[in-house]
Amino acid sequence: MRTITKLWIGIIFLVLISPLGLIIPQYFKAGDAWGEWGIETLEELVGYLPKGLERLANIWSAPLPDYAFKGWEDKPLGYLSLAYVFSGLFGIMVISLVIIFIAKLLNKNESK
Amino acid sequence: MHIPDGYLGPLTSGVMYLAMLPIWAIGSAKVKRDFPTKRVPLLAISAAFSFVIMMFNVPIPGGTTGHAVGSVLAGILLGPWASSIVISVVLIIQALLFGDGGITTMGANCFNMAFVEVFVGYYIYKLISGSSPITSLRRAIAGGIGGYIGLNIASLTAAIQFGIQPILHKTPDGKFLYCPYGLNVAIPAMMLEHLLIFGWLEGIVTFLVIRYLQKREPDILEIRKEIG
Repeated sequence: MRTITKLWIGIIFLVLISPLGLIIPQYFKAGDAWGEWGIETLEELVGYLPKGLERLANIWSAPLPDYAFKGWEDKPLGYLSLAYVFSGLFGIMVISLVIIFIAKLLNKNESK
Repeated sequence: MHIPDGYLGPLTSGVMYLAMLPIWAIGSAKVKRDFPTKRVPLLAISAAFSFVIMMFNVPIPGGTTGHAVGSVLAGILLGPWASSIVISVVLIIQALLFGDGGITTMGANCFNMAFVEVFVGYYIYKLISGSSPITSLRRAIAGGIGGYIGLNIASLTAAIQFGIQPILHKTPDGKFLYCPYGLNVAIPAMMLEHLLIFGWLEGIVTFLVIRYLQKREPDILEIRKEIG
């Protein structure tokens, strides 16, 4: 499994440089992905806020919205980069644990 | 391509969840069959790669952003069924923890990125690689083309889901209830940026990782062969 260790190191490296994915779009003044606008932006674009969309838009409040800590929206880019790396590490940990858990569950009756 | 809550009406959201149920069922059965405990790290690492590569947003200056997904790469390493489970887990965690993609739209997002992209990309890869050796350049290129086409078809299915909302849900006064943009706007907008930029990104990432694995860690690529 040495190979797997090496690949994990590569992935951690990618997480550490991931703030590039935050900084570069901001530098080029690129906005949200198509169809992923927040409700304020959409209202500006369309002229009104679609009723059903308004009702569903905030159905879920994520603990780390946009890969940052709650209430950090206006923090400087340095802070946001830090939160981005934290989110990356935390996300990878949770995803790996969930996958290991699912696999364990499915392989419950596996004879070693 | 992570459709947020509110952009799709209940009909589309519901149908997409229903469509995912058999895919998740078969996917789980394949994971159970083909991924005993010793191969589970490969599932986790493919998921982690897909998650982290999606953090690299690439801008169209003055326009929108997009990113690679890594679904086709997962398909090539794990097979398409196991990948549909792995990429679904990534998308679900992204939505729950980071608000990236919605809860009501989760079925649709999984359908696009964990099913359509994975399967389209994987079968194109398989078709082009034929019986070429595991470390051949042809296989890496096949992966790249699979990535390009896979992501583009996924963005097409997403665009259709967006674009049918104005047809399905309209108020008597002519306002729309969910995504207000029809097929005539959604398809060109989504397709153009994916055909020109983000598809290439997915293709190049897929090509580079396969090339790297071919040169440095070919045993990882052999696992898929053992699974059959």
